[in-house]
Amino acid sequence: MVQFIVRRLAVAIPTLLVIATLAFALLHATPGGPFDTNRKMPAAILKSIEAQYHLDEPVWRQYLRYLGELAHGNLGPSFQYRNTSVNELIRVGFPVDLLVGGLALLAALLVGGSLGLTAAVRRHTAWDYLPMFAASLGVAVPVFVVAPLLILVFAVQLHWLPSGDWRWGELRYLVLPVTALALPYVAYVARMTRGAAIEVLTSPYIRMARAKGLPQATILLRHALRPVLMPLVSFLGPAFAGVLTGSIIVESVFGLPGIGRYFLVGALNRDYTLVVGITVLYGALIIAFNLLADLAYAWLDPRVRLRA
Amino acid sequence: MSALADTRAGFARPRAAGQWSQAWQRFKRRPAALIALGLLGLIATLALLVPFVSPFDFATPDWDALFQAPSGAHWFGTDALGRDLLVRLMWGCRISLLVGLAASLISVLIGVLWGATAGYIGGTTDSVLMRTVDVLYTVPFIPLVIVLTVLFGRSFTLVFVAIGAVSWLDIARIVRGQTLSLKNREFIEAARALGLGNATMIRRHVLPNLLGIVIIYATLTVPAVIIFEAFLSFLGLGVHAPLASLGTLVADGAHHLKSHPYLLTIPALFLTLIIVCFGYLGDGLRDALDPHETR
Repeated sequence: MVQFIVRRLAVAIPTLLVIATLAFALLHATPGGPFDTNRKMPAAILKSIEAQYHLDEPVWRQYLRYLGELAHGNLGPSFQYRNTSVNELIRVGFPVDLLVGGLALLAALLVGGSLGLTAAVRRHTAWDYLPMFAASLGVAVPVFVVAPLLILVFAVQLHWLPSGDWRWGELRYLVLPVTALALPYVAYVARMTRGAAIEVLTSPYIRMARAKGLPQATILLRHALRPVLMPLVSFLGPAFAGVLTGSIIVESVFGLPGIGRYFLVGALNRDYTLVVGITVLYGALIIAFNLLADLAYAWLDPRVRLRA
Repeated sequence: MSALADTRAGFARPRAAGQWSQAWQRFKRRPAALIALGLLGLIATLALLVPFVSPFDFATPDWDALFQAPSGAHWFGTDALGRDLLVRLMWGCRISLLVGLAASLISVLIGVLWGATAGYIGGTTDSVLMRTVDVLYTVPFIPLVIVLTVLFGRSFTLVFVAIGAVSWLDIARIVRGQTLSLKNREFIEAARALGLGNATMIRRHVLPNLLGIVIIYATLTVPAVIIFEAFLSFLGLGVHAPLASLGTLVADGAHHLKSHPYLLTIPALFLTLIIVCFGYLGDGLRDALDPHETR
């Protein structure tokens, strides 16, 4: 177990290095520097700015310096938001992502899971057909289509919820973004759960449990739940990555102050350090979450031997 | 001896239905897949024809016809610059389908070569190739592609090369698994016992057996790529301004959703329809081409 985690982390470091190197190479392959403006700057000032950001050093030294700073968790100053470091922007923005993304994943698992389970138990009834038809649509509709449609229906026409903006602690600003982000994953989870549950519920050991006269609830919770959860857990890794990128859309559509929006605005304004910093953060998060998902998988299924 | 020959001749070998006609028979039994195929064909045909038939141009603004609701002249209405939405929509479908097919082709080529090499050669080659896939899997590609498009300017080619280059990972894994399981099958052993060389073996026995699963996953890659392109275009990183893809149309519609909701709902409907159709088509093809696979 411990050995597995250590090995996986040992693989994670070169992966992060690849991401950081790729990002660094991209920065330096682009024509023009971050301080090229239309305004002519006196050579002396430009020189001192470049010296401040170490842009006057040879590339290999900049690369080593960048990696050194990265190893200390320092992502550098933002070019666009003067006097603010990328770390500070992430500290401000990331809690929003954590809340919205976490709620979306939770909703996907709870709502999708129970819909799928109900559909499998009441197979070939309306409880099966209606949610599954909705799910086949939900899988197909991407976040950037769902989000404006939700605004159109619930904010513009029904006036039930605000169409955007953000206030900490106010639930009504959360409902639409979380719904938009969660909806495709609710659909995925519902379909996966239904498939897995049907397979499990028709297996011999469940028939045996029925023959013993166990009540339905006990069969579902004690015997069927664990194997049904397995494919869900392995889906969590990709779902997490999807929620991260989906939050870029949701935050820009609803105007939430999360890092997805910083990332997009930074990309459009060529705020290199900010964009690279957030990319590295995304990579680290995805790696960490995949590791957690693998651990959960092994914990659920004792037959799985952890090997890196 | 001659009697034996006679009996043999008596059993006229029933003309075995070919692999493809059998697949078509199975495919025809799925009404949803047939409808999906028909709808996609219809949309593709319209996307090709409408711009020639319609009197309106996708790029020229008409200042006298801004924001017209759907009517007899403009069936789907006009946008903020008075351009006919139907024509723009069909151009959008054209570009989205083109990007989807081209990028899927790139990703299938890379994926099949990568996966088949890893699976067939095995050993160190296999572990090096598949480790690379594992590492690439954890790279956050969408942010990287956003960075790429921002840094190198918005180029149409770059968009689908980038998408094709990142979406081959799944296909490589699947093809490798399939090749591995094929390698140990009896008919491959028999072919090897007959003295077939590697090249003939791959051409005659391995590739034909991979074809089905590759077609299925290619069909599932196309909508994923269309969504990805629409995602980039929605963020303003895709196709250039007068041109339209389904993503830019949805984005434009989202800007005017308060006053002119049809600008959002119509492109959203078409995008969803195309993606749903590819989903059903993929399901149908899976049944048709991979009958052993029971899900």
